[in-house]
Amino acid sequence: MGQFAQQLIVGLSVGATYALIALGYTMVYGVLRLINFAHGDVYMVGAVVGFYLARFAVGAGWGVAASLLLIFGGAIVVCVVLGFLIEFLAYRPLRNRPRIVVLITAIGVSLLLENTAQLQWVFGAQPQKYPTAIQLALNARIGSAASGIVVTRLDVLSLGLSLALMGALSWIVLRTRTGLALRAVSYRFDTAMLMGINTNRIISFTFMFGSGLAAVAGCMDGIRYNADPLMGIQYGLKAFIAAVLGGIGSIPGALLGALLIGITETMVKAYVSSSWADAVAFLVLVLILLIKPSGLFGRHEPEKV
Amino acid sequence: MKFTKAAVSGALALAVAIFAGQGACRKKTFDYDARSTIVLGQYASLTGGTADFGKSSNDGLQLALEQINASGGLLGKQVSVTTEDDQSNSDNAVAAVSKLINRDKVSAVIGEVASTRSLSGGGICQSSRIPMLSPASTNPQVTKTGDYIFRICFTDDFQGKICARFAKDQGWKRVAMLTDTANAYSKGLATAFKENFPVDMIVADENFKAEDKNFEAQLNKIKATNPDAIYLPAYYTEVGLIVTQARRAGMTMPFFGGDGWDSPQTQSNPDTVGCFYSDHYSANDPSEATQKFVKAFAKKYGHQPDAMAVLGYDAMGVMAQAIKDAGSADPKAIRDALAKIKNYDGASGQITIDENRNATKSIVILNVTGKPVPDLAKRYDPGE
Repeated sequence: MGQFAQQLIVGLSVGATYALIALGYTMVYGVLRLINFAHGDVYMVGAVVGFYLARFAVGAGWGVAASLLLIFGGAIVVCVVLGFLIEFLAYRPLRNRPRIVVLITAIGVSLLLENTAQLQWVFGAQPQKYPTAIQLALNARIGSAASGIVVTRLDVLSLGLSLALMGALSWIVLRTRTGLALRAVSYRFDTAMLMGINTNRIISFTFMFGSGLAAVAGCMDGIRYNADPLMGIQYGLKAFIAAVLGGIGSIPGALLGALLIGITETMVKAYVSSSWADAVAFLVLVLILLIKPSGLFGRHEPEKV
Repeated sequence: MKFTKAAVSGALALAVAIFAGQGACRKKTFDYDARSTIVLGQYASLTGGTADFGKSSNDGLQLALEQINASGGLLGKQVSVTTEDDQSNSDNAVAAVSKLINRDKVSAVIGEVASTRSLSGGGICQSSRIPMLSPASTNPQVTKTGDYIFRICFTDDFQGKICARFAKDQGWKRVAMLTDTANAYSKGLATAFKENFPVDMIVADENFKAEDKNFEAQLNKIKATNPDAIYLPAYYTEVGLIVTQARRAGMTMPFFGGDGWDSPQTQSNPDTVGCFYSDHYSANDPSEATQKFVKAFAKKYGHQPDAMAVLGYDAMGVMAQAIKDAGSADPKAIRDALAKIKNYDGASGQITIDENRNATKSIVILNVTGKPVPDLAKRYDPGE
C-alpha cells in the first residue's frame, strides 16, 4: 500500500509537468487549429534560461526563495517573449496559407531552437545539472518518515504550482473579457473577427501564456533532472499525446490526459516493466481514440473542406 | 562536340587504367619499409556526440608519439600518425579508415574508442589486411571481427565479472541491478555480472531506457527490497540522474558500475560520493609507469588524464613496441608482433595480448570522493 501511494505521488508529479506543457499545445490548437511542434523546445529554453539564472543567483549568494523567484520569473519572461516572437515571425506571415505549410514551419522552428541550444557558446550538447544548492534545498522531505512515504518539497512545489497556474488559466478563460474573446476565436475564427475581436492580439496572448506555462515546466524539470538541449523532444511528445488523449483544444482535457499518462507510465514501470511504459501509454491513447475519436473532452467537429 | 566527347572518354579510360594498374601494383608490391617515415593512421571522434572520448584518447596518443619521436623514433625512422575525424558516426568511421588505408597507405590503424565504430572500421581493416588496435572498445564482439583486430583494454565480460567479485568482497548480500535495456554496453555488463554473482543475492533486476529522465518508479521498487548496494552499468549522464533521484527518495546505499561512469560530471556530483566503479586505471596508482605518464600529461595539457587519455597513450606505446619487435613497418609483420605482445609495461598497467587478441590486464575499482580524482579502492589482476 505504501509502495502504491509512493508510486502515485511520482505519477502525479510527472503528470503535473506534462499538463503544463500540454496546455500550451491545446490552447494553440484551440485558436489556430495548429499543432505547434516548437512548443516542446520552448519548454527546453525555459530549462536552459533557468539554469543560467540559477547559476547566477547561487554564485551571487542569494537565498533559495529569492533564487527560485528569479529562476521562474526570468524563465517565464524569456519564454513569453520567445512565444510571441515565434508566432509573430514564423506563423503570422503564413496565417492564410494551407495548414501543412505552417505545420512544417513549426518543425523548422523546433529544429532551429534545438540546434541553436546545442551550440557551444549558447548551451552546448551536454546536459548540465542545476547548482547543487538549489537541488538540495528542494530535495528536503516533507512529513513524517514513519510512513516510509517520501514527499519532497519539489513534489509539492511542482504539483502546487501546476494546479495554481491551471486555476489561473481557467479563471482567465472563463471570467475575463480576454477569455471570452479567446473562446470566441476558438469557436469561429472569422466570425470572431467580424464581431470586432482583435484576433491577432488573442493569438499572441495564447502563444505567450502557453510559453509561460512551458517555462515553469522547464525550470521544474531542470531542477528535478537537468537542462538538456534535446529534452523538449521526449517531453514535448508526451505532452502532445496527453493533449490529444484529453481532447485537443480542451483545457480540462489536457490536465486529465496529462495526469492519466503520467500515472499510467509510472505504474507500468513500477508493476510491469519499464520497457513497456511507453507502449502501454500509447495503447491507452489508441484505446481511448478508438472509443472516442475526439479524445476525452474533445468536441466532435466534421472536417471543413 | 564529338571530338571533346571522344577525348573525355579516352581520358577517362586512361585514368581508369592508370588507377587500376596502381591498385594492382599496390596490392602486390607496395613496400612499407621503403618510406623514409613510418606512417600510422588513427580514426577518432574528435567532434560529435562522444567528442570528449575521442579528444582525450587523441591527447594521450599525441603525447606518446611526441615521446617516441623525441627519443629517436622507431627502426631509425620518425613516426607520423595521420588522424581522421569520424564525427562520432559509424558511416564516417568506415570512410575514415578507407582513406587511411588507400590514400595514406598506413602500416597500421589505431582506433576507435566506441565499440560500434570499432566494429565498422574493423571490418575494413580486416578485409584490407591492415592491423587495427583499439584503445578502449570493451564490447566482446570487436576483436571477433578477425585476426587483424586487437585491443589494449579489457572486455565487458571481464569487467562485469570483476564487479561481481568486488561486490562479494565488500560483503554485499543483497544487490539490486538497474540496467539500460537499450544499450549493448549496459546489457553486456549486466549479463556478465549475473553470470558471476549468486542469483539468490540479486534482490531486484530493474531496467530503464536512456532517453528517460524519471527513474523514480524503478528506484522506489528497488528501495522496497532494501538492498546493500545497487549495480548500475550505465553512462555518466544517466548515472548522475539516477543516483540523485535515489538520494532524493531517501536511498543511501552505494551504487557501483563500470567505466561508463568515468567523467568529471560523476566526480563533481555530491550524490555519487561513496559510490564505486571499475575502470582502466587510477591516476593515484603509485606504479612508476603510471606516475611518469600522469606527470608528463599534466605538463603538456594542464589537466589530469582520464581513462581514455591513458588508453590512447598505451595504444600508441603498444603499437610502437610491436613495430620494434617486428623490425619492419609491414602490416603483416606488425600484426604478428602485436599478437605476441607480453607484459608490456603500460601506464594503464601490464598488458599482455591473449590468443583472442584481447588484452589481459588488471582492473581497478575507484571510489568517488567528491575530489576531481577518485580514490583507488582496489585492484584486481587478470589471474584472479
